[in-house]
Amino acid sequence: MLLAITSSIQRKGMTLQRRERIDFWLSILPWLLGLLFFTGGPVIASFAFSFTNWTGLKSLEFVGLANFQELLFEDDLFWISAWNTFYYAFGAVSFGTIGALVVAILLNQNLPGTTFLRAVYYLPSIASGVAISILWMWLLNPDAGLVNYFLDLIGIEGPKWLASQTWVKPALILKSLWGIGANMIIILAGLQGIPVSLYEAARIDGASWWHEFRHVTIPMLSPVLFFVLIISMINAFQILTDIIVMTQGGPGTASYMLVYYLFISAFTYLKMGYASAMAWILFAIIMALTLLQLWGSKRWVYYEGGER
Amino acid sequence: MSQLVDKPVSTQNVREGAYQAPWYQKRQVREYFRNAIVYLLVLPGAAVFILPLLWMLSTALKESNQIFIYPPQWIPDPMVWSNFSDGWNKFLDFNQMMFNTLFITANNVIGNLVSCCLAAYGFARLRAPGKNILFALVLGTMLLPAEVTIIPQYIMFTKLGWNDSWLPLTVPAWFGFPFFIFLLRQFFMSIPYDLDEAARIDGASSWRILWSIILPLAKPALATVVIFAFIGNWNNFLNPLIYIRDMDKQVLSVGLNMFRGQYGRIDFHYMMAVALIVLMPVLVVFFLGQRFFVQGIALTGIKG
Repeated sequence: MLLAITSSIQRKGMTLQRRERIDFWLSILPWLLGLLFFTGGPVIASFAFSFTNWTGLKSLEFVGLANFQELLFEDDLFWISAWNTFYYAFGAVSFGTIGALVVAILLNQNLPGTTFLRAVYYLPSIASGVAISILWMWLLNPDAGLVNYFLDLIGIEGPKWLASQTWVKPALILKSLWGIGANMIIILAGLQGIPVSLYEAARIDGASWWHEFRHVTIPMLSPVLFFVLIISMINAFQILTDIIVMTQGGPGTASYMLVYYLFISAFTYLKMGYASAMAWILFAIIMALTLLQLWGSKRWVYYEGGER
Repeated sequence: MSQLVDKPVSTQNVREGAYQAPWYQKRQVREYFRNAIVYLLVLPGAAVFILPLLWMLSTALKESNQIFIYPPQWIPDPMVWSNFSDGWNKFLDFNQMMFNTLFITANNVIGNLVSCCLAAYGFARLRAPGKNILFALVLGTMLLPAEVTIIPQYIMFTKLGWNDSWLPLTVPAWFGFPFFIFLLRQFFMSIPYDLDEAARIDGASSWRILWSIILPLAKPALATVVIFAFIGNWNNFLNPLIYIRDMDKQVLSVGLNMFRGQYGRIDFHYMMAVALIVLMPVLVVFFLGQRFFVQGIALTGIKG
């Protein structure tokens, strides 16, 4: 009798466990199908395309490494795009991270009105897209734009911004800085995670404001800053909407970016194979920079739980 | 918080008793000073951040011959409210595009919500071998640049005959979105497991537990996903640009860019008016939901 009960419980236990496994597979099924058909399959196909001269229309011919060879050794526009992208990414990421850090520290004081001010700084980062790109074309208008008006007020004659080969990239960086709010929120959350006791200890030891910042805030915040740097870099390398709407790569080729060149190659000139090769080079650059930062981070990022 | 921090300083003062600090070293004075400096830095910055949007509104209300007046007029005289209806109706069929955008966005928000809640539930609460490897794939695909998949996807959808239809924009939304799966999974994991166990003993199925226990407790995370998905899909520009030719099926972001291409040289008042209307739902969602997505960002440490 007892044996029968335990065995039935065991059997029931087995079926419960199996049920749970089946439910697990059912629950992730939509995602899994999406992974296979919309991500995994295309990733493999993209890799295969990068060794062909496919135009998406008819002939598909295996060309080995010719696409990569042409990109890296013969295509000037690729190198121009790469330089422009690095220029833009470096400016957007460095100024963007420093700006977000400064604003986050200032808004971390519990002063009246900071909640409202946080919302004000955060708002532009949510409002992205074509409407905002168009707004910035107007703000950067050389004759009647707001940016040059303010420069004029402090006695500087503003440049032609989007119409100038020299100033088009700084203009795009300037626009990107308007969107630092999201990073600010992440850093703010990090700041609020720093235990007050560390600051107390520093004060008792007579630490100045700078010492506190340098030896408490920065080390405790370093994992968050590291994260912000990586994400901002990945985003900056993929700038596209702004280029399509605001500059179309111009003037000349001064704002041709890697993803824009890829986009034009694929969907204007239908050089699908060539564009696929470009996508993989872009992916390799992003991976390399991420690994480089990961390697460099050992020198400055401090993990409270110790090395893992 | 700041009182806690300052405590050691004040006990020191008590100990030293006889010593009277000069006025500029007193704690209160010092604090006022510090606060004043903070405001002095933060307020002009906030003004710089908000001015572009006010400028947008100001331009949208100007007569065409006032746009290029220098120095610019902040408050237009007269205020031409008809710019909004003229810009919206005279040039392109923005009404149709508004309807299309609303439909696609609604479909995608619901699709994302359903598929991501399911997957996140599986990853957070159900036990099965191989789960961790699969979840590593979620994280891995989160970091994969879209450029790598966009060309084969385009070819695939073209072969399927989906070109110039809404299907390439609407169907993938029902098959999960890694960032949302990650965000929801993080939230689902924070709900006590005892609740599941108790419900299971009472004979509830996994789906019943998800529907009656997990989802009601995860409302803030669901709101975050709805808001991010809404804004992301509303602003989506690249996919409709690639896939849709027929103007009757086109969405606002692409329409706005066409409008810029055709009338963008001089008609800044119309452009700003139309852009403001396009932006309005995003602004409304921001003000309704900012509490949630600030929470959501802090939860995962990732922006959308």
